[in-house]
Amino acid sequence: MISLSSYLILSAILFTVGVLGFMLRRNIIVIFMSIELMLNAANLAFVAFSRYLNSMDGQIFVFFVMSVAAAEAAVGLAIIMAIYRTKETVNADELNLMKW
Amino acid sequence: MVETALFTVLAVVTVITAILVIVQRNPVASAIYLIITLFSLAGVYLLLNAPFIAVIQVLVYAGAIMVLFLFVIMLLNLEKEKRLITRHRLQKVLGVFLGIILLVLIGMIFNSVLLEGSKGKFPPEKVAALGNTEVVARLLFTDYLLPFEITSVLLLVAIIGAIVLAKRQI
Repeated sequence: MISLSSYLILSAILFTVGVLGFMLRRNIIVIFMSIELMLNAANLAFVAFSRYLNSMDGQIFVFFVMSVAAAEAAVGLAIIMAIYRTKETVNADELNLMKW
Repeated sequence: MVETALFTVLAVVTVITAILVIVQRNPVASAIYLIITLFSLAGVYLLLNAPFIAVIQVLVYAGAIMVLFLFVIMLLNLEKEKRLITRHRLQKVLGVFLGIILLVLIGMIFNSVLLEGSKGKFPPEKVAALGNTEVVARLLFTDYLLPFEITSVLLLVAIIGAIVLAKRQI
Protein backbone atom coordinates (compact mmCIF):
# COMPACT_ATOMS: atom_id res chain seq x y z
CA MET A 1 0.00 0.00 0.00
CA ILE A 2 1.38 3.38 -1.04
CA SER A 3 1.41 5.99 1.69
CA LEU A 4 -0.73 9.11 1.57
CA SER A 5 2.35 11.34 1.63
CA SER A 6 3.70 10.01 -1.68
CA TYR A 7 0.47 11.06 -3.39
CA LEU A 8 0.66 14.43 -1.65
CA ILE A 9 4.28 14.91 -2.73
CA LEU A 10 3.29 14.16 -6.34
CA SER A 11 0.48 16.69 -5.98
CA ALA A 12 2.87 19.31 -4.53
CA ILE A 13 5.35 18.80 -7.38
CA LEU A 14 2.59 19.15 -9.98
CA PHE A 15 1.31 22.31 -8.30
CA THR A 16 4.80 23.82 -8.20
CA VAL A 17 5.34 23.05 -11.89
CA GLY A 18 2.02 24.75 -12.61
CA VAL A 19 3.00 27.82 -10.59
CA LEU A 20 6.37 28.01 -12.39
CA GLY A 21 4.68 27.78 -15.79
CA PHE A 22 2.21 30.47 -14.80
CA MET A 23 4.97 32.81 -13.63
CA LEU A 24 7.64 32.21 -16.27
CA ARG A 25 5.82 31.72 -19.57
CA ARG A 26 4.72 34.56 -21.85
CA ASN A 27 2.24 32.72 -24.07
CA ILE A 28 -1.29 33.07 -22.65
CA ILE A 29 -2.29 29.61 -23.87
CA VAL A 30 0.59 27.98 -21.98
CA ILE A 31 -0.31 30.08 -18.92
CA PHE A 32 -3.79 28.59 -19.21
CA MET A 33 -2.40 25.07 -19.39
CA SER A 34 -0.41 25.80 -16.22
CA ILE A 35 -3.67 26.71 -14.50
CA GLU A 36 -5.07 23.33 -15.57
CA LEU A 37 -1.97 21.66 -14.09
CA MET A 38 -2.55 23.41 -10.75
CA LEU A 39 -6.23 22.39 -10.74
CA ASN A 40 -5.19 18.80 -11.41
CA ALA A 41 -2.74 18.89 -8.52
CA ALA A 42 -5.56 20.01 -6.22
CA ASN A 43 -7.77 17.23 -7.62
CA LEU A 44 -5.09 14.64 -6.89
CA ALA A 45 -4.84 15.81 -3.27
CA PHE A 46 -8.65 15.64 -2.97
CA VAL A 47 -8.83 12.07 -4.29
CA ALA A 48 -5.88 10.94 -2.15
CA PHE A 49 -7.45 12.29 1.03
CA SER A 50 -10.82 10.83 0.04
CA ARG A 51 -9.18 7.40 -0.31
CA TYR A 52 -7.22 7.53 2.95
CA LEU A 53 -9.98 9.03 5.10
CA ASN A 54 -12.62 6.59 3.80
CA SER A 55 -14.79 9.44 2.64
CA MET A 56 -16.37 10.05 -0.76
CA ASP A 57 -16.68 13.83 -0.36
CA GLY A 58 -13.28 14.40 -1.99
CA GLN A 59 -14.40 12.70 -5.18
CA ILE A 60 -17.57 14.82 -5.31
CA PHE A 61 -15.39 17.92 -4.96
CA VAL A 62 -13.21 16.76 -7.83
CA PHE A 63 -16.38 16.53 -9.92
CA PHE A 64 -17.19 20.17 -9.12
CA VAL A 65 -13.60 21.30 -9.72
CA MET A 66 -13.71 19.66 -13.15
CA SER A 67 -16.94 21.43 -14.12
CA VAL A 68 -15.48 24.76 -12.97
CA ALA A 69 -12.34 24.00 -15.01
CA ALA A 70 -14.46 23.26 -18.08
CA ALA A 71 -16.37 26.54 -17.71
CA GLU A 72 -13.12 28.40 -17.12
CA ALA A 73 -11.49 26.89 -20.21
CA ALA A 74 -14.47 27.76 -22.44
CA VAL A 75 -14.68 31.39 -21.31
CA GLY A 76 -10.92 31.87 -21.06
CA LEU A 77 -10.24 30.56 -24.55
CA ALA A 78 -13.04 32.78 -25.91
CA ILE A 79 -11.31 35.73 -24.22
CA ILE A 80 -7.99 34.69 -25.79
CA MET A 81 -9.66 34.59 -29.22
CA ALA A 82 -11.15 38.05 -28.67
CA ILE A 83 -7.76 39.42 -27.55
CA TYR A 84 -6.03 37.88 -30.55
CA ARG A 85 -8.58 39.42 -32.90
CA THR A 86 -7.94 42.93 -31.61
CA LYS A 87 -4.23 42.82 -30.67
CA GLU A 88 -2.90 40.11 -33.04
CA THR A 89 -0.79 38.62 -30.25
CA VAL A 90 -0.99 36.16 -27.37
CA ASN A 91 2.15 37.43 -25.67
CA ALA A 92 1.27 38.39 -22.11
CA ASP A 93 3.91 41.16 -22.06
CA GLU A 94 2.21 43.05 -24.90
CA LEU A 95 -1.24 42.94 -23.31
CA ASN A 96 -0.88 45.98 -21.10
CA LEU A 97 -4.20 47.75 -21.70
CA MET A 98 -5.31 47.30 -18.10
CA LYS A 99 -1.97 48.31 -16.60
CA TRP A 100 -1.72 51.70 -14.99
CA MET B 1 4.50 -4.56 -5.16
CA VAL B 2 2.77 -4.13 -8.51
CA GLU B 3 0.91 -1.16 -7.07
CA THR B 4 4.16 0.56 -6.03
CA ALA B 5 5.76 -0.07 -9.40
CA LEU B 6 2.69 1.28 -11.23
CA PHE B 7 2.58 4.34 -8.99
CA THR B 8 6.28 5.04 -9.54
CA VAL B 9 5.98 4.79 -13.32
CA LEU B 10 2.84 6.95 -13.42
CA ALA B 11 4.29 9.56 -11.06
CA VAL B 12 7.51 9.83 -13.06
CA VAL B 13 5.59 10.14 -16.35
CA THR B 14 3.26 12.75 -14.82
CA VAL B 15 6.08 14.92 -13.48
CA ILE B 16 8.28 14.69 -16.59
CA THR B 17 5.44 15.51 -19.00
CA ALA B 18 4.24 18.33 -16.71
CA ILE B 19 7.73 19.87 -16.85
CA LEU B 20 7.79 19.39 -20.64
CA VAL B 21 4.44 21.26 -20.84
CA ILE B 22 5.99 24.41 -19.42
CA VAL B 23 9.37 24.23 -21.19
CA GLN B 24 8.13 23.55 -24.73
CA ARG B 25 8.34 26.52 -27.08
CA ASN B 26 5.60 25.17 -29.36
CA PRO B 27 2.12 25.36 -27.75
CA VAL B 28 0.86 22.35 -29.74
CA ALA B 29 3.61 20.20 -28.18
CA SER B 30 2.70 21.63 -24.77
CA ALA B 31 -0.92 20.58 -25.30
CA ILE B 32 0.08 17.05 -26.37
CA TYR B 33 2.29 16.66 -23.29
CA LEU B 34 -0.52 17.99 -21.09
CA ILE B 35 -2.80 15.28 -22.51
CA ILE B 36 -0.22 12.63 -21.51
CA THR B 37 -0.04 14.19 -18.02
CA LEU B 38 -3.82 14.01 -17.67
CA PHE B 39 -3.89 10.39 -18.86
CA SER B 40 -1.29 9.28 -16.34
CA LEU B 41 -3.16 11.19 -13.61
CA ALA B 42 -6.23 9.16 -14.58
CA GLY B 43 -4.09 6.07 -13.95
CA VAL B 44 -3.17 7.41 -10.51
CA TYR B 45 -6.89 7.90 -9.77
CA LEU B 46 -7.46 4.24 -10.70
CA LEU B 47 -4.78 3.29 -8.16
CA LEU B 48 -6.67 5.38 -5.59
CA ASN B 49 -9.89 3.39 -6.08
CA ALA B 50 -11.66 6.18 -7.95
CA PRO B 51 -12.61 4.71 -11.36
CA PHE B 52 -15.42 7.22 -11.94
CA ILE B 53 -13.07 10.18 -11.45
CA ALA B 54 -10.50 8.47 -13.70
CA VAL B 55 -13.06 8.09 -16.49
CA ILE B 56 -14.32 11.66 -16.33
CA GLN B 57 -10.71 12.82 -16.15
CA VAL B 58 -10.14 11.19 -19.55
CA LEU B 59 -13.51 12.24 -20.99
CA VAL B 60 -13.70 15.82 -19.76
CA TYR B 61 -10.07 16.86 -19.35
CA ALA B 62 -8.12 14.87 -21.91
CA GLY B 63 -11.12 14.82 -24.24
CA ALA B 64 -13.19 17.98 -24.18
CA ILE B 65 -10.94 20.61 -22.60
CA MET B 66 -7.76 19.66 -24.45
CA VAL B 67 -9.58 19.47 -27.80
CA LEU B 68 -10.80 23.01 -27.09
CA PHE B 69 -7.20 24.07 -26.40
CA LEU B 70 -5.94 22.47 -29.62
CA PHE B 71 -8.77 24.11 -31.60
CA VAL B 72 -7.81 27.55 -30.31
CA ILE B 73 -4.10 26.93 -30.98
CA MET B 74 -4.95 25.91 -34.55
CA LEU B 75 -7.20 28.95 -35.05
CA LEU B 76 -4.52 31.39 -33.91
CA ASN B 77 -1.52 32.01 -36.11
CA LEU B 78 1.31 31.61 -33.62
CA GLU B 79 4.27 31.61 -36.01
CA LYS B 80 5.30 35.10 -34.92
CA GLU B 81 5.21 34.12 -31.24
CA LYS B 82 7.35 31.05 -31.86
CA ARG B 83 10.12 33.11 -33.46
CA LEU B 84 9.96 35.67 -30.68
CA ILE B 85 12.82 34.85 -28.34
CA THR B 86 12.75 36.81 -25.13
CA ARG B 87 15.61 36.65 -22.70
CA HIS B 88 14.55 36.75 -19.09
CA ARG B 89 17.40 34.70 -17.70
CA LEU B 90 17.49 36.26 -14.23
CA GLN B 91 13.71 35.91 -13.95
CA LYS B 92 13.88 32.21 -14.93
CA VAL B 93 16.65 31.38 -12.41
CA LEU B 94 14.87 33.32 -9.67
CA GLY B 95 11.57 31.68 -10.61
CA VAL B 96 12.95 28.14 -10.36
CA PHE B 97 14.61 29.04 -7.04
CA LEU B 98 11.35 30.41 -5.63
CA GLY B 99 9.51 27.38 -6.99
CA ILE B 100 11.79 25.07 -5.03
CA ILE B 101 11.14 27.20 -1.92
CA LEU B 102 7.39 26.84 -2.54
CA LEU B 103 7.76 23.07 -2.85
CA VAL B 104 9.72 22.91 0.43
CA LEU B 105 7.07 25.04 2.15
CA ILE B 106 4.25 22.75 0.96
CA GLY B 107 6.29 19.75 2.12
CA MET B 108 6.76 21.35 5.54
CA ILE B 109 3.00 21.82 5.86
CA PHE B 110 2.52 18.10 5.11
CA ASN B 111 5.11 17.27 7.73
CA SER B 112 3.82 19.51 10.50
CA VAL B 113 0.08 18.91 10.14
CA LEU B 114 -1.27 15.62 11.35
CA LEU B 115 -2.58 13.96 8.20
CA GLU B 116 -5.12 11.79 9.94
CA GLY B 117 -8.69 12.75 10.67
CA SER B 118 -11.78 10.96 11.74
CA LYS B 119 -12.56 8.21 9.26
CA GLY B 120 -15.57 8.71 7.02
CA LYS B 121 -18.38 6.26 6.48
CA PHE B 122 -17.21 4.84 3.13
CA PRO B 123 -14.46 2.22 3.68
CA PRO B 124 -13.17 0.58 0.47
CA GLU B 125 -15.13 -2.65 1.06
CA LYS B 126 -18.43 -0.79 1.30
CA VAL B 127 -17.66 1.27 -1.82
CA ALA B 128 -16.67 -1.91 -3.67
CA ALA B 129 -19.93 -3.59 -2.63
CA LEU B 130 -22.12 -0.63 -3.65
CA GLY B 131 -20.07 0.39 -6.71
CA ASN B 132 -18.02 3.58 -6.92
CA THR B 133 -20.24 5.35 -9.47
CA GLU B 134 -23.41 4.51 -7.52
CA VAL B 135 -21.96 6.00 -4.32
CA VAL B 136 -20.87 9.17 -6.13
CA ALA B 137 -24.26 9.49 -7.83
CA ARG B 138 -26.19 8.95 -4.60
CA LEU B 139 -24.15 11.60 -2.77
CA LEU B 140 -24.42 13.99 -5.71
CA PHE B 141 -28.23 13.81 -5.77
CA THR B 142 -28.79 13.84 -1.99
CA ASP B 143 -26.18 15.66 0.12
CA TYR B 144 -24.75 17.75 -2.71
CA LEU B 145 -27.93 18.49 -4.66
CA LEU B 146 -27.75 22.29 -4.32
CA PRO B 147 -24.08 22.59 -5.41
CA PHE B 148 -24.91 20.26 -8.31
CA GLU B 149 -27.72 22.53 -9.49
CA ILE B 150 -25.54 25.61 -9.04
CA THR B 151 -22.91 23.90 -11.21
CA SER B 152 -25.46 23.55 -14.00
CA VAL B 153 -26.19 27.29 -13.76
CA LEU B 154 -22.43 27.97 -13.86
CA LEU B 155 -22.09 25.93 -17.05
CA LEU B 156 -25.03 27.78 -18.61
CA VAL B 157 -23.41 31.13 -17.77
CA ALA B 158 -20.12 29.89 -19.24
CA ILE B 159 -21.85 28.88 -22.49
CA ILE B 160 -23.55 32.27 -22.80
CA GLY B 161 -20.30 34.07 -21.95
CA ALA B 162 -18.33 32.11 -24.54
CA ILE B 163 -20.92 32.81 -27.25
CA VAL B 164 -21.03 36.53 -26.46
CA LEU B 165 -17.22 36.76 -26.46
CA ALA B 166 -16.94 34.84 -29.73
CA LYS B 167 -19.12 37.33 -31.58
CA ARG B 168 -17.37 39.50 -34.15
CA GLN B 169 -17.67 42.82 -32.35
CA ILE B 170 -17.72 43.13 -28.60
